[in-house]
Amino acid sequence: MKSFKFSTARFLMAITGLFYVITVQAQNMKPSEFSFSSTSTGICFIFIVAFILLAATFTLKNKVANLRKESKRKNAEEQAEILKEQTLRLNSVQIERLLRYRSKTKSSGMLPAFLLMVVFTLLTFGSVNAQTPQGPGNGSLLSESGVIITIVLVLIPILAGLVLLIVKIRNALNQQKNRLHQEEASKLAKYLQGLPDDEVDTILKKRKTALEYSLTHHELSGTEPAEDTKGMLSINQATGYPIVAIKKKALPRPNIDPSLSKLVLWYLVCATLWLLFGTTVGEYVGIKFVAPDADHLSWLSFGRLRPVHTNSVFWGWASLGMLGLGYYIVPRVSNTKLFSIKLGWYALYLINASVIIGSLCLMAGINNGGGEYREYIWPVMLLFGIGLALSLYNYIKTIAARTTREIYISNWYMVSAIIFTIVISLAAYIPTWQNGLGETIIQGYYMHQGVGMWFMLFTLGIVYYFLPQQLNKPIYSYSLGILAFWTQILFYTLIGSHHFVFSSIPWWLQTVAIVGSMGMAIPVIAGTTNFLMTFKGAWYKVSDSYTLPFFLVGIIFYFTGSLQGTAEAFRFTNLVWHFTDFTVAHSHLTMYGIISFFLWACIYAVVPRLTGKEAPHITVGTHFWLALIGLMFYSIPLMYGGTMKGLLWMSGKPFMDGVVEMAPYWLWRAIGGSLMWLSHLIFAYNMYKMIAEKEVPDVSETAIQQLERNMGSASASIA
Amino acid sequence: MEFFDNHKKLFGAATFMFVGLTILVAIIPAIRNQNNNRPLPDAKPLSAEETKGKAIFMANGCVACHTQQVRNVDMDKVWGSRPSVAADYAGVTRTDFWRNTATLMGTERTGPDLTNIGTRQPSKDWNLVHLFNPRIVVKESVMPAYPWLFTVKKSISKNDVVVNVPAKYLPAPGDTIVATREALNLIAYLQSLKQVKLPDGTPPPGFLYKREEQKAAANATNALPNGQELFVANCQACHQSSGEGLPGAFPPLKGSPIVNGNENLELYVDIIMNGYDARPEYGAMAPVGTNAGFTENEVAAIMNYERTSWGNTGKEVTPEEIKKIMDVLKQKTAK
Repeated sequence: MKSFKFSTARFLMAITGLFYVITVQAQNMKPSEFSFSSTSTGICFIFIVAFILLAATFTLKNKVANLRKESKRKNAEEQAEILKEQTLRLNSVQIERLLRYRSKTKSSGMLPAFLLMVVFTLLTFGSVNAQTPQGPGNGSLLSESGVIITIVLVLIPILAGLVLLIVKIRNALNQQKNRLHQEEASKLAKYLQGLPDDEVDTILKKRKTALEYSLTHHELSGTEPAEDTKGMLSINQATGYPIVAIKKKALPRPNIDPSLSKLVLWYLVCATLWLLFGTTVGEYVGIKFVAPDADHLSWLSFGRLRPVHTNSVFWGWASLGMLGLGYYIVPRVSNTKLFSIKLGWYALYLINASVIIGSLCLMAGINNGGGEYREYIWPVMLLFGIGLALSLYNYIKTIAARTTREIYISNWYMVSAIIFTIVISLAAYIPTWQNGLGETIIQGYYMHQGVGMWFMLFTLGIVYYFLPQQLNKPIYSYSLGILAFWTQILFYTLIGSHHFVFSSIPWWLQTVAIVGSMGMAIPVIAGTTNFLMTFKGAWYKVSDSYTLPFFLVGIIFYFTGSLQGTAEAFRFTNLVWHFTDFTVAHSHLTMYGIISFFLWACIYAVVPRLTGKEAPHITVGTHFWLALIGLMFYSIPLMYGGTMKGLLWMSGKPFMDGVVEMAPYWLWRAIGGSLMWLSHLIFAYNMYKMIAEKEVPDVSETAIQQLERNMGSASASIA
Repeated sequence: MEFFDNHKKLFGAATFMFVGLTILVAIIPAIRNQNNNRPLPDAKPLSAEETKGKAIFMANGCVACHTQQVRNVDMDKVWGSRPSVAADYAGVTRTDFWRNTATLMGTERTGPDLTNIGTRQPSKDWNLVHLFNPRIVVKESVMPAYPWLFTVKKSISKNDVVVNVPAKYLPAPGDTIVATREALNLIAYLQSLKQVKLPDGTPPPGFLYKREEQKAAANATNALPNGQELFVANCQACHQSSGEGLPGAFPPLKGSPIVNGNENLELYVDIIMNGYDARPEYGAMAPVGTNAGFTENEVAAIMNYERTSWGNTGKEVTPEEIKKIMDVLKQKTAK
């Protein structure tokens, strides 16, 4: 029997947030092993070590200085040589000043050269008098937060003292350096004073003319006016509003089969429409937490709309978006044509049909039972499955006809994702092993593989193509990509049942899932490292690109969101977070923060290449910021509120207290959700601008067309 | 590597690995669980009515907010007397040709767990009102209303089940709300959800992560538990936070002679522990105290809260007093 582990609780609280530590932990006060006396011993120890270091530095410094003096005395002849060289190293202004000085001294006799010395004297500092301030030492022993505050207060002066110590050591070293400079300078001054006149005339004046030589800037170009005879310059005069930074234009890519281009665009357009539909539903469902009586229609009730939202963004938006991008990437990295455009269209029809029929069924109350993300009944999901199988066949046939020897890593990820998803769907819909808890075990497996093996794996494949392309440099490490690939398969497959920790499924299965969740750190860290290192040396490109920020956000959430998933799988965190809104926040951080941001990045990268038209940079930026800020407003309150709710449950408070407590966080969620939804409207507008927008009539183009027409009619009249 | 430059070998290897792991961690455990568990001897299969009710429960996606699993952790104790075991679900099989098995365990607890709702809230009246609009009985609830499971009638016939809806929630004054067959089936299903006793001699699995510290603290100070919290968790759904109940459904505690008086203490404790159905104008009350396993401390705390709230002026009771009454009651029920 495990007892309530307070130390683990404290660790968790530290993660959730500092303000939370202060408020909640104050209520759970416990005597602590911390004592102020041991802390002050520590401070004394640090001071002693610091002073010993300081003393050692000074001794060392003096010794070095003595040694230098010794060596200088010995080489008096070499010294003269060095001084001569130093004279020649003077710049023209210094030579000028030196000459002026010499001519003056010739008339006036003698003046001590102490100009440089004055400068150096100014630079020298006073003596060292380090006095470290003492920290306030009145922390309550019994109060947990009091001890924390005390530690912080004690740490501040220690840190300040250490900083001061470093500053002083630097000063002492500088002082020493300055003294050496002074000595050298006075020697040089004496030497310059003693030079004979003829030497000055010949050497210094010659040196001066040499130093002052400069080009006329017409050596190569001549004096003719500039002319671009080869048409190499194109100056963009329409710079738009000066409100936002001007980003680089997407590069046109002319050699794409127009029929493939049309197919890819239709996938992306359908995906966009499903995004709009799915998130409109999601937004409405979120509002229902705040206004449960918004409507009383059975088709729009919460329990029916929730799966409509999840399934349409899963199978409609993300899946179609991914497959569409896949149809672009697979032939490109295989350096061949797509096996069959027609099959691509069939897959698109089938998947769209599946989501349309599925959504209607769910609203009408026809669903598959209780399992999340397998709410579509089997005939509906079968349409989706056939769509996947057709795409798989199409991809593999294309890869089989590739003209490259290797199979690019993107194809590893994308093709495997489709194969795995077909396997997952079969496992989830074949009824042979679904009775009793069999259903639950399969459900855990299915819902998690759906996320990790379909969306995550496929999206990673897309990123492995588009990120290097947008950065215009190869992926940092192909091997890391391969490592991430195999470890993802190994660990991810195991972790499904972490959605049912503490339920009545076998305990060993839960443990395997938790261990596998920890193993997920390997592919996540490998992937993140790979992407970030690809950015290395090209960070400057982020500021003038409108796709790279989307990639960057995706990468950050890939790291944080995935590791958050690992943290959530532990048994203790399950106590606090399971069944609460924390899970909802997590799934949005990942499905939205990772998948959607990556998809947008890739869509903004590929569509201009297909159509030759770009979305206005200002609306792309608006989309980005609304989506990001909206996601934060959405998820942070839910995570905080979810944690508080879990703690309420754990402390045995009435269930309704949790509902009341969540009310403000649900409101924040609705606000964040609205921002996200607004960003999707803007995204849809951007899609319209990239695809359907009529080209702006070009005045010069029209003028020439008119002339041509005139010419045509003239020749016709002649004939 | 040569191996990975061959698409058949590469994707074959990945598929082999994935399918192998899938069989190990999903298919085999699922089949073993399915074959090695049987329903508990006391478990009753769903009646035709209840099965139809379950279909309504599924169609409306109730599982999105309501779990049906008591985890083996202390915080889940409020939802059942023992953690759920695999045998509890063993009787659930494929719904029909179109739809999969529905254990309805759920992954989200926006609303309360329903594993034992048949025991915790057996009142049909409460359930009907709550289903028509949850906010009639639970002010802060965010659960959807299900008016389409009810019909509005001007005049009622003999077999109609009339729902006691306050005037404020009626579509038009003078309307009568009548439960449809679907609503009654759904409630039949909810009432069927009861934790089944394990066969004699089988020790139930324990609850983990016990709140030992709090209990120790409570014992040390010998203080009564928080009566208001107990009232909110166990009584408020019917008797309301105002103590006024719901006219025609749940009697008021405010000003009640049983609550305030001293001569009826035994009846008062009896009602809390064993339920009450003596007044035809109100619905039957479930044995709330017995279901929740109240001790004399908890009963005393609730009584003291009720006797001192909403203008009530009852004298405070002590746990010792209550213990005596509870012992007497136990002997009576034993006879």
